[in-house]
Amino acid sequence: MIDRDELECFRGEVRAWLEENCPKSMRSPAREDEDVWGGRRATFPSGDAKSWLERAAAKGFTAPTWPKAYGGAGLSGDEARILEEERVRIGARVPLKSLGIWMLGPVLLRFGTEAQKVQHVTGIARGEIRWCQGYSEPGAGSDLASLSMRAERDGDSYVVNGQKVWTSHADKADWIFCLVRTDAKAPKHEGISFLLIDMATKGVSVKPITLLSGASPFCETFFEDVRVPAENLVGPLNGGWTVAKALLDHERSLISQIRDAAAANEESLESLARRYIGLGAESGILNDPSLRDRITQANMDLLCNKLTMRRSSEARAAGLPPGNETSMFKLYGTELNKRRRELMVLIAGFQGLGWEGDSFSREELTRTRDWLRSRANSIEGGSTEIQLNIIAKRVLGLPD
Amino acid sequence: MSFVLTEEQESIKRTAKSFASERLPITNLRTLRDTKDAAGISHDAWRAMADLGLAGAAIPEAFGGSALGYAELGLVLEECGRTLAATPLVSTVLLAANAILLAGTDAQKSALLPPIARGESVVAFALDEGARHAPQRISTRLEATAGGYRLTGEKVFVLDGHIANALIVVARSAGVDDAPDGLTFVLVPQGTPGVTVTRTNLVDTRNAARVRFDNVTLPASAVLGTVGTARAHLDTVLDRARIGIAAEMLGAIQETFERTLAYLKTRKQFGVAIGSFQGLKHRAAALFCEIELTKSVVMDALRAIDENRPDLAQLASAAKARATDTFLTVTAEAVQMHGGIGVTDDLDIGLFLKRARVCEMTLGDSAYHRDRYARLLGY
Ligand SMILES: Cc1cc2nc3c(=O)[nH]c(=O)nc-3n(C[C@H](O)[C@H](O)[C@H](O)COP(=O)(O)OP(=O)(O)OC[C@H]3O[C@@H](n4cnc5c(N)ncnc54)[C@H](O)[C@@H]3O)c2cc1C
Repeated sequence: MIDRDELECFRGEVRAWLEENCPKSMRSPAREDEDVWGGRRATFPSGDAKSWLERAAAKGFTAPTWPKAYGGAGLSGDEARILEEERVRIGARVPLKSLGIWMLGPVLLRFGTEAQKVQHVTGIARGEIRWCQGYSEPGAGSDLASLSMRAERDGDSYVVNGQKVWTSHADKADWIFCLVRTDAKAPKHEGISFLLIDMATKGVSVKPITLLSGASPFCETFFEDVRVPAENLVGPLNGGWTVAKALLDHERSLISQIRDAAAANEESLESLARRYIGLGAESGILNDPSLRDRITQANMDLLCNKLTMRRSSEARAAGLPPGNETSMFKLYGTELNKRRRELMVLIAGFQGLGWEGDSFSREELTRTRDWLRSRANSIEGGSTEIQLNIIAKRVLGLPD
Repeated sequence: MSFVLTEEQESIKRTAKSFASERLPITNLRTLRDTKDAAGISHDAWRAMADLGLAGAAIPEAFGGSALGYAELGLVLEECGRTLAATPLVSTVLLAANAILLAGTDAQKSALLPPIARGESVVAFALDEGARHAPQRISTRLEATAGGYRLTGEKVFVLDGHIANALIVVARSAGVDDAPDGLTFVLVPQGTPGVTVTRTNLVDTRNAARVRFDNVTLPASAVLGTVGTARAHLDTVLDRARIGIAAEMLGAIQETFERTLAYLKTRKQFGVAIGSFQGLKHRAAALFCEIELTKSVVMDALRAIDENRPDLAQLASAAKARATDTFLTVTAEAVQMHGGIGVTDDLDIGLFLKRARVCEMTLGDSAYHRDRYARLLGY
């Protein structure tokens, strides 16, 4: 572990850098439509958002722990945590949201060839290429390994045929990382490969799906005789399951972290409740005792969850073996987020029920849609039930 | 602050673990219960524990303690929780010693703390009077007399009250019953005329007593520190004890869960281990998460005492509420997952279920602490 003083000194530097480089308008929570995802067709809600991304990317702060050679900042885990704390402290937005940073990059750094790292990792860190995830298929959800989209070798290419579904942001992404079946006869986990596909390739098409929240962030993705260069295979042929699982680990810890960060940036439940429900003039406590109790339970659980995440990151920093915590954080973080979103809507009463129109503030409408969106948290990235299965098996060692 | 145990802490944990399992295993509690032992604790074992420096873990060296700290004392409590060890850790080390340390004069500290650290003196803390924890609802009166004070009133749920060499009584020296101010800590030695101690036999064999004070005459020196100033310290004393009990509960919770997990792997029905049924697997996995969360908040709260953090009260309430709820859930699930044998006295699992109820009511149940937490956050 690095010296405390050195870390505090680092904190000072980071604080100064943020102060100087993060535009003032970037120091408030972003609405969903203000998120910056980068890519060839990147859109920015403002010039500030664009320069914030450019400055962060130049410093490697979009992917702080990645090596400098591939666009990262080469920070240690402790340093990255400090950067994150300082960012949250001033309420600065994440400069770039990216599946590439959250999921694909770490996996390419570990399993990719040098050429793949050079070609893809730097582009991810700079926000130049936007990625999407092609795992799920109509017949392969929780039982992902039963996937059937085929890739057949033909000369120095693979020819891909089949369909993916629930592909988040497929309509806006430049590339997709896919799980494909490369050996139909092998046992299901052993015939899968991990393939990178340029969405601009002939034969790739997408069709958006609308969510309960009214948003349409994901798509069906179709592949018809799509030719993919063989060098786009990550890891060994038919060895894609190992890569896929490593990526899922990143995805899960990420889903729980995003929720945690969202909670840190948002108005607290009690503050919302003070506004919508009010405190008793004499008692000084919330006028709805049962809601007050539920708010407190949620607050305490948020605290416990945050402390557990810190405990686990300290354990990792100290070199202790990882204890399969990702499943727990995915499970608990998402269930907690659902509870919190539900409470937010409940606290707002009638004002929590709006769908559109002037009778509701934009904030209220967003809150209601965020609640609906949160229902997906415990399904995407491996459902709550699947996480329970994993904990029971891998952590508790319960028999099959 | 670090959640990762240092080498020294690991070694304290090992010492406490082997001491608890060798000298104070659950069979010890059973013997005390079944023989209707008058003391309800093994004094020899307590002194041996003190010899290891564990009784005085949170007492400064100047007053005979080993000054290890709360992160360390927490480990000891955790191990004692695992074996349901009957010790005066809560009454004497967490409550009384802290009251003396925070409110007492130097002379009082020098007189009272060293024998506690040596395991020679059990001092109980007499606070509650009603059906549940209510630290401000104090009607036991302390009135000034010509030569000193007169104490009148009744206390309930006084942990280790029946074996205490002395009691520290939270008494009202001014104000109406619910007033936050006007409270005083007074020291009442065992055998003082007018004091009636009645042992109360609790469901989990935890030691407690009801204590009556009928016009008890006390010298001026019985007051810990200054009259009417107990309020300044009461919350801190209670919060340290609440966190300590949460650590004890954490140990008991883990023990219950580990025993249950082992049972899920060995007990066979329908030709397979019952732990292969998804209906039980999911419940066990959910408990695992609750326990991990409990561990984190308890560890952080212990460190908050050591670091004198300003959010101590909040953390104490969060830790006590969370440990209580987890303990209740885990023990209830554990009994259910054991089937018929789970509800017998032969198996230890049920003893943890009983302990959970008593810990729940000690120094505030989870509803009490959620209410307090909300007040502290201003809603
Ligand atoms: C908002 C959102 C975004 C997504 N984005 C992407 C993406 O970008 N790329 C991608 O590839 N996928 C994505 N997904 C897909 C997601 O990974 C799947 O939805 C998920 O794996 C569940 O699969 P399923 O929907 O087929 O449900 P099913 O697997 O059919 O599950 C139905 C129910 O059965 C339960 N169940 C299934 N198996 C078991 C079992 N063994 N034990 C107990 N219960 C079980 C599940 O928990 C669930 O409650 C996204 C999903 C959502 C909701």
